[in-house]
Amino acid sequence: MRVTQIAAVAAALTMTTMTAQAGTLQDVQARGELNCVVSTGVAGFAAPDDNGQWSGFDVDFCRATAAAVLGDGSKVKFVPSTGKTRFTLLNSGEGDILYRNTTVTMSRDADLKLTFLGVNYYDGQGFLIRKELGINSAKDLDGASVCIQTGTTTELNLADYFRVNGMSYEPVPIETNEEGITQYSANRCDVYTTDASGLASTRAALDDPSAHMVLPEIISKEPLGPAVRQGDDEWADVTRWVLNALINAETLGVTKANVAEHAAAAGDNPSVNRMLGTEGDMGAMIGLDKQWAVRAIAHAGNYAEIFEANVGPDTPLGLERGINASWVDGGILYAAPIR
Amino acid sequence: MESVEQKRNIISTLWNDKEKRAVIIQIFSIAGLFALVWFMIGNAISNLDALGKGFSFDFLFQPASYDINQHLISYTSRDTHLRATIIGIMNTAMIAVAGIILATVVGFTLGVLRLSKNFLINRIVYIYIEYIRNVPVLLHILLVHGVVVHSLPNPKAAMTFNDSFFLTKRGFFMPSPDFESAMTVVWIALAIGIAFTFWFRRYAKRVQDETGKIFPVFLISFGAVVIFPVLVYFLAGSPITWEIPVLKGFNFKGGMVVRPEFLALWLALSLYTAAFIAEIVRAGIIAVSHGQTEAAYALGLRPGRTTQLIVIPQALRVIVPPLTSQYLNLTKNSSLAIAIGYMDIVATIGGISLNQTGREMECMIIVLALYLIFSLSISSVMNWYNKRIKLVER
Amino acid sequence: MSDSREYAVGTHPDLPPPLSTSGAIGWIRGNLLSSPTNIILTVLSIYFLYKVVPPSLNWLFFDATFNGDSRQDCREASNGAGACWAFVKHRFHLFVYGFYPVEQRWRVDISFILLPLALWPVLFDKVPYRKHLLKFSIAFPFIAGWLLIGGFGLTPVSTDYFGGFMLTLVIGVTGIVFSLPIGVALALGRQSNMPVLRVICVTFIEFIRGVPLITLLFVASTMLNYFLPPGTQFNLLLRVLIMVTLFSAAYIAEVVRGGLQAIPKGQYEAADSMGLKYWQSMQKIILPQALKISIPGIVNTFIGLYKDTTLVIIIGLLDPLGIGRASLADTKWTGLTTEIYVFVAIFFFLSCFSMARYSLYLENKLHTGHKR
Repeated sequence: MRVTQIAAVAAALTMTTMTAQAGTLQDVQARGELNCVVSTGVAGFAAPDDNGQWSGFDVDFCRATAAAVLGDGSKVKFVPSTGKTRFTLLNSGEGDILYRNTTVTMSRDADLKLTFLGVNYYDGQGFLIRKELGINSAKDLDGASVCIQTGTTTELNLADYFRVNGMSYEPVPIETNEEGITQYSANRCDVYTTDASGLASTRAALDDPSAHMVLPEIISKEPLGPAVRQGDDEWADVTRWVLNALINAETLGVTKANVAEHAAAAGDNPSVNRMLGTEGDMGAMIGLDKQWAVRAIAHAGNYAEIFEANVGPDTPLGLERGINASWVDGGILYAAPIR
Repeated sequence: MESVEQKRNIISTLWNDKEKRAVIIQIFSIAGLFALVWFMIGNAISNLDALGKGFSFDFLFQPASYDINQHLISYTSRDTHLRATIIGIMNTAMIAVAGIILATVVGFTLGVLRLSKNFLINRIVYIYIEYIRNVPVLLHILLVHGVVVHSLPNPKAAMTFNDSFFLTKRGFFMPSPDFESAMTVVWIALAIGIAFTFWFRRYAKRVQDETGKIFPVFLISFGAVVIFPVLVYFLAGSPITWEIPVLKGFNFKGGMVVRPEFLALWLALSLYTAAFIAEIVRAGIIAVSHGQTEAAYALGLRPGRTTQLIVIPQALRVIVPPLTSQYLNLTKNSSLAIAIGYMDIVATIGGISLNQTGREMECMIIVLALYLIFSLSISSVMNWYNKRIKLVER
Repeated sequence: MSDSREYAVGTHPDLPPPLSTSGAIGWIRGNLLSSPTNIILTVLSIYFLYKVVPPSLNWLFFDATFNGDSRQDCREASNGAGACWAFVKHRFHLFVYGFYPVEQRWRVDISFILLPLALWPVLFDKVPYRKHLLKFSIAFPFIAGWLLIGGFGLTPVSTDYFGGFMLTLVIGVTGIVFSLPIGVALALGRQSNMPVLRVICVTFIEFIRGVPLITLLFVASTMLNYFLPPGTQFNLLLRVLIMVTLFSAAYIAEVVRGGLQAIPKGQYEAADSMGLKYWQSMQKIILPQALKISIPGIVNTFIGLYKDTTLVIIIGLLDPLGIGRASLADTKWTGLTTEIYVFVAIFFFLSCFSMARYSLYLENKLHTGHKR
């Protein structure tokens, strides 16, 4: 008797963990929490602080999305992932959206069944090396030991680059950026290679950043962007337009400080009015209310503010905007209009 | 009404008859199992369909596109996933074999030292064993790897022996042999030596059984297996040339190399398993009763012969079965190589290949099958050995 | 005849005084210097201790920094010679609770306090009101589950917030509690005289024992979802718990099988001749004896399971090791890997060593029962 009772209880417990998958938007709203897949720790992009609070560039985009969808940017659960586990976490439903320095590629889009929403950081793969080695070009790296994160596009780029240039190297595989820093500082490898933004973050974390340099060669295109599961277009629309709104807000001059003011009444610029819901109802098209973009921007500011606060020149990472400047400022950051 | 009653009776007689009940239970469990398997396969098919993935091993023949830093046979990033898998298998086999040898040597030594009457040694070994056994093996691997990487020198300041062996943070570089054609003669000599030893051992045993005459078996075997081939080697004009590693640019080139990841994993796994083996050996030796040793002395056997002929064979009977499971554990624990980036089965096919191709199902099936094969082969070898040394009961 | 004179022991003028066999010098002579090999071993040990102990103590305590807000502070305080425990101190709550919401942490605290209370009556038999307390012990996993996960009046907390030592204990305790009954059932199945049941159990046990836990965890994290109905979401922690439980159940099954085989055949036959049914004879005669013999082996399996909880880091769960390494991404604390490893190693040593001592205590206690 007791056995059957226990079995019944166990079965009941198991059942409660299974919830039917309706639209992700409805799931998120019913749950009251957005599950955002981030890295286990890349300084400036996503890392927990002393109190276990997550912060960083990617984290702010997650929070802005939560603010738009749920009305509260703190209602985010961060799901830490390694380069290897990230897609599995997303595809198995552990996460609703992936913001983890992920390169947009064709095979990921088509074969791994993801939907990419756009690009939030244009990056390229570079090399970090000790100045004392006296190397000035990636073409001189023949025979070097290279620390490389497994399960990333950089791993494949690296193999191709050395092969094409007829050079040999020793790959030292690592799982996370933190491991990369440990191995590189212990001098297990001569060179650390990953996206240039990650290299800046790594260099900042080293004991003496001035003893290290990033080589001028950028060997690949790494457009980093958020992704969701394929097959839920409604949810893809919501998240894509939150990203676009944050990028557009910069060119339209809407900031964290003045967004409330702009949203209070319709102004002169129809683009701003449409985005902030003072004219028409763009939010209804993606299943949200009129104020969706207001909340997203109010949480951490527009793209420029998020950039400056987490990875910009005044932070330990000290990254320049470069090609990530808005198109009006000579960069290539260009978002589709909200219309 | 009556028929219902009867039916109930039939059921209860069926249920109360032990044999029939057994048949019913078995039929139900087979049905249940099949239903479960059917259910899971059905789900897998519809899930894979929904993702548009399909199930095929074709990806194994596509280029792997990634590099591996330690390979016994040649490998480049243009080779297939299949070849990467084979490299992974070889690396796992290498760590398992090397680990088992070192763990056995260290384990037996520690086990004997643990029984030493010397108080200090006894305590040190005890503390060491307790520390090793009570800390997870993953931590040992990470710690040893940290120590190895930190304490080894950079290539430019390499520790060197005889200017042909170099120990650096990039690995242990050794000269690699290059065999000339005359080497065949040496191989033949070696084969003859081994064959002779097998025959001679049997012959010596027969002579001893019949006449009691004892040959210096060890010396003669040593001569046949080692000295004879070495003599032939020099007579043939030393037909091996050695390629000596040379420091060029960043790193040593040429020769053979063992990466620090291998060294760290090898040390950590061997030392971990050795602590368990030490306890097994200790228990085995204690299990041989003192009367056996005394009886051997009474028969006039010297202490060395006593250990060799009386104590060890009996202790082995107690030691071998648990030793087998330690060997299996070591092999399975080698899968933790992934934590420090040693490219074994899990890191190649179960790691990078899986991740770059998105073929979770196929890759995991291959990994599980490979480990099952490894485990089965080790346990069958050890079972064979166990049968050989078992007490012959009449 | 002078020879017949009797002397008190040790006073004969012609004999050297006997070697002292007691006291400090005698002890040293007997234990450390009794033979040339022994002397060499002693010298080597002393050299080894001299090389290992003082530097370790210096790094651990004397040169270590206990206060500070960043690694820079540590380096300034000790010139980098000692450990930087300020880091562990700063992040201690993360190591213990993981990302569990701060305002709900009291629930974890209560579970931590209840755990020894639940263990006490299970571990020792001379406990007052043991019968009643045992009921509490059985209920404990469910109470703790309710406290930690929430629901029924408590704010629900998602298991993804679990981390640190709390996660270790959750996986360890759940695995231990559920693997024992499953293991016993598997062992009985393997010994059963129904061929089909036996084949199923043997296949299952040998499969699980033939592959490493880490591959099973990979299966749980990457593959399991394919085998469930489309659209099913299945909590990652729950998947891990199931795998860990099944894994240690297979090992326990083998230990219990050893116990079952050690029971003399007469016991089975006696039970049958008393007219006991299968379950009655198992419950009243065979299992109590078999389990008693297997207890040390079972405890060893539990220690193994507990140590294996560290492997969850490889599939991205943040156990203490994972928390530590994630913390290193903070530019303030980079590079302190050794501190994390040592800290976590000490935690595991303390818990596993006490389990091992307990197993030894049990072995001694149970041993006396069989001595004649």
